[in-house]
Amino acid sequence: MSSVLFDNPGPRTRARHKVYSAAAAVALVLVVAGLVWLMYVNGQFAYELWEPFLTPAYIEVMLVDGLLKTLQMAFFSVIFALGLGLVLGVAKMSDHAWVRWPSWGIVEFFRAVPLLLLIIFIFFTFGTGGGIGSFWSVVLGLTLYNGAVLAEVFRAGVNAVPHGQAEAAYAIGMRKSQVMNVVLLPQAVKIMLPAIISQMVVALKDTSLGFYILAPGLTAVGKLIYTEFRNPLPTAIVVTSLYVAANLVLSLIATRVQRRLVGEQKALEAPDMAAGSAV
Amino acid sequence: MDDVFSNFDLVLKAFALTIELLVVSALTSLVLGTLLAAFRVGPISVLAKAGTLYVNLVRNTPLLMIFIFVFIAMPELELNIENFFVKGCLALTVYTSAFVCEAIRSGINSVSLGQAEASRAVGFTFVQSMRHVILPQALRAVVPPLASVLIALAKNTSVAAAFGLLEATARMRYFTNNNADARPEIFITFAIGYIIIVEVLSAGAIGLERRWKVAR
Repeated sequence: MSSVLFDNPGPRTRARHKVYSAAAAVALVLVVAGLVWLMYVNGQFAYELWEPFLTPAYIEVMLVDGLLKTLQMAFFSVIFALGLGLVLGVAKMSDHAWVRWPSWGIVEFFRAVPLLLLIIFIFFTFGTGGGIGSFWSVVLGLTLYNGAVLAEVFRAGVNAVPHGQAEAAYAIGMRKSQVMNVVLLPQAVKIMLPAIISQMVVALKDTSLGFYILAPGLTAVGKLIYTEFRNPLPTAIVVTSLYVAANLVLSLIATRVQRRLVGEQKALEAPDMAAGSAV
Repeated sequence: MDDVFSNFDLVLKAFALTIELLVVSALTSLVLGTLLAAFRVGPISVLAKAGTLYVNLVRNTPLLMIFIFVFIAMPELELNIENFFVKGCLALTVYTSAFVCEAIRSGINSVSLGQAEASRAVGFTFVQSMRHVILPQALRAVVPPLASVLIALAKNTSVAAAFGLLEATARMRYFTNNNADARPEIFITFAIGYIIIVEVLSAGAIGLERRWKVAR
C-alpha cells in the first residue's frame, strides 16, 4: 500500500511493522481489559444494574417513549427545516437586495448561535405554562438551526448545477421562477440529497439537547431509568448504542441513496463560510 | 435588561469561562486528533482500525451522552475528577478530537499521490519530501475544515451549561429567570457574544487561508 506519506514497505520494514502491530494490539487489549476490570471491580456487571434493559416493560418504554420520540423530533424538525432551508436558500440567491440581505442575516444568526442557547430561550419564553411544550420547543430550535444550515446546502446545490443550464433556460424564454423551479431545483435536489441526509444525522444527535429542558426522548428515558435504578453507566452504554445504531442506519441509507442518484461521484459539500456544519 | 447591564461583569465572566473551555479543549483536541489522524493514515493496521472505530463511534454519539458518561457515569468507576472545568474539557476533547482527526485526514488525502511520487523521483528523502512538498500542501487544505470544527466546538461548549458549569449559556438562563419581561433582549445579548467568538474564529481562518494561498 503506497500512499502520499510513505513508499511501499520492503521486507525489513514489514517485519518492523509486524512488531509495532503486535505491541499496539497488546496495548489496546490492555486498555479495554483495564476498563472491563474497572467495571467489574466496581460491580457494574451486577444483574440489578442491567435488569431494566432485560425487562420487557422497560424495553418498551425505551423504544416507544425514548427512541420513537427522538426519531419523531428529528423527523419533524428535518421536514420543517427542509421547507425553511428552501425558502431561505432561494431568498439568499434573490436578485433583490431587500430579500437577499435579511435572509443572509437570518441564516448567519442561527448558524452562529449555539443550539442549546436557542432551545433554552424558546422553551422558557414560549414553551412553559400552556405554551408549545418541551417537545415542540426542541423541534422549533432544531428547525431554525438546521433550516439555516440547509439554506447553505440548497444554495451550494443550485450553484453546483452547470451555468449553461440556467442560460439555456433563459434563452428559451423562461422566467426567473421557472428557471429555478423547473430547471435548477430538480437537478440540485439530486446533488444535495446526501448532504441533506447527513444533516439528519446531526439533527438526530441534537435532539439529545432536549435533556436540559426535560423534553421526551432517549436521554429523558435514560435519566428516569438511572435515577430509579442508580445505574448511570449501563444506561449510558445502552442509550448511546441506540443513538449510534440509529445514526449508522441513517448513514447507510445516505450512501445507498447517493449511489442510486448521483453515481460514484464525490458528495457535495456545502462550503463552510461562517459557522461550521460539523456539529 | 438593566439587570444585565448593571451586572455586566457576570456576563463577561461567563464568556471568559466559555472561551477558557474553548481554548483548553481546542488545544487538547488538536493534539489527540492529530495523533488519531496519524494512526489512521499510518502503516500499522491495528492502530488504523482502532482509530477508525473511535472516530465512527464518537461521531455518531451525541455530545450530551459523552457529557453524561464523564459527569455521571465515570464516578461509578471511581475515576472521579473533582474539577468540573477539567471534566467539561475532557468531554469536549473526546468529542472534538474525532472531528479534528477527520479534518486532518482529509487534508492529507487531498494531496495527490503524484506529488509524493515526484518528490521521491527527484531524490528527496522522506523528511525533505514531507517538509517541502507534502505538509505545506496538507496544512493549507486543513485550514477550512479545521476552522469549522473549532467553530462547532465554540458552540458546543454550551452543553456544559447542563452540567453545572456557569458559562455563557447557563448565565443567560440565570438572567432570563430573574427578568422574565426582557427575555428576547437577554437572548440577543448572549447570542451576539457567541456570534463575536464565531466571527473571530472564521476571520482568523480566512486570514490564514489568504496568507497561505498559492497560485495553482
